[in-house]
Amino acid sequence: MPEPKHVACVEIGGIPILLSTTDKIFYDLLLKRYEDFLSDTPTEFALEFEIIAPRPASDDDVRVRREGEQWLLERGDFFARWDPRTGKGLVRQNANPYSLDSVLRILHSLILARRGGFLLHAASAICDRRAFLFSGVSGAGKTTMTRIATPDVTLLTDEISYIRPDKGSMASRAGSGSYRAFGTPFAGELAKAGENTSAPIGALFFLEKGPENRIDDISSAEAVRRLMRNILFFAEDPRLVEELLATACAFVASLPIRRLTFYPDSRVWDDIRRFEREPLGV
Amino acid sequence: MSEKYIARSSSIAARMLAGEMMVMNSADSKFFTLNEVATAIWQAADGQTPLSQIVREQICEKFDVDYAQAQADAEHFVAELAEHGILLVSDQPFTDRAVGSPQLPQEPVQ
Repeated sequence: MPEPKHVACVEIGGIPILLSTTDKIFYDLLLKRYEDFLSDTPTEFALEFEIIAPRPASDDDVRVRREGEQWLLERGDFFARWDPRTGKGLVRQNANPYSLDSVLRILHSLILARRGGFLLHAASAICDRRAFLFSGVSGAGKTTMTRIATPDVTLLTDEISYIRPDKGSMASRAGSGSYRAFGTPFAGELAKAGENTSAPIGALFFLEKGPENRIDDISSAEAVRRLMRNILFFAEDPRLVEELLATACAFVASLPIRRLTFYPDSRVWDDIRRFEREPLGV
Repeated sequence: MSEKYIARSSSIAARMLAGEMMVMNSADSKFFTLNEVATAIWQAADGQTPLSQIVREQICEKFDVDYAQAQADAEHFVAELAEHGILLVSDQPFTDRAVGSPQLPQEPVQ
C-alpha cells in the first residue's frame, strides 16, 4: 500500500506553493518552520519532496541551469527539477530545514524573475506603513538595523527581502511606492522569521557603518550595480540576467535608493522616519 | 591595416538608465557602465559595419573629434570589452547570430 502523502501550502510573498511528502517527520518539520506562512490559497505551483539519507547542509555553490524548458537546482545536499510550464517539481533532499529554505528561495527567485520581482540580500522592516530595505555585504549591518529598531517597527526579515511590483496600489497610482516588500521566514543572524505581512516600499538603503548617521545620494548606475550584486540570482542564464537587469533598472527608476551610513543605535530610525516624510529633500 | 567588425555578445544583458548604458556579462556577473562615446560604439556593433565606419559616422560626426584619435580610442575600448566577453571582434563581418539581439535596450517605463 502506498504511504499517505502529507500536503501543506506555504505562501510567501503572496505566492502559494503546495509542498507534499510521504515523510511524516519532514512534514512536521515543515509545518513548524513555516508555521506563520501556511495558507489554503489555491496554487499553481507544487513541489513533491522525496527524503533521502542525511547529508550535512552544503557550503557548495548552488547550480541552477536549464535543461530544455525545465530548471535543475543542484547542491551537495539537494537536487530538484522544476518545470515552469506546469508549475510542478520534484525535490530530493534530506530532512534538513536549511536545504528546504534554499530550494524554496531559488524557486521563488525563478517565479519572481518572470513577474518583475526579486529576492534581495537585505533586511527589511515596516515603519509608519512603509517598508524600508537595508542591503549590504555581510557585516554591513543588516541584522543590526533590525536589532536596534524601535518597538513600533515590524520586522519583515533580517536576511532575504521579498520584493514584487505593486502596480495596483494607490501609492503606485500616485507615482510612488510602486513595489511592495513582503515578510519572509528566511532568517539570518537574528534567527527569527519575519512577520507575514507586507507594505509599499519607501526606500532602499545600502548600509555602511560610520561614526554618525547620514544619508547620501548615489547615482543610478551605482544603485543598479549594487542592486545586481545583492539580488539572489544565477548568472549562468543570459535570459534570466536580462530580465533581472531590466527589473533592477525599473526598480531604481521608481524608488529612492540611498547610501545610509549609520552609528548602530536606535537614533538612526529617527532619520529613516524623517526620510519617509521628506524623501525628495535628502 | 585590416578592418575590424564588432558585435554584441549574446551573453550580455544591457539597459539604458538615466542616459547611461549598463551592461552585464551573464557568464561572470561583471557589470560595466558605458560613457556616451562607448555607448555609441556599443549600439552600432551590429557585426556588419566596419569599426572604421562606426568611428567616422557615430563618433567623429557626432562628437566632433579627430578621426585618428577617435579610432585609437575606439580600438582600445573594443579590445577591453572583448577581453571581458562583452564584444566579439572579427576581421570579417559576422555571419551567424552568436551575437546579441539587434533590438537595443530601452529605458524602463515609469
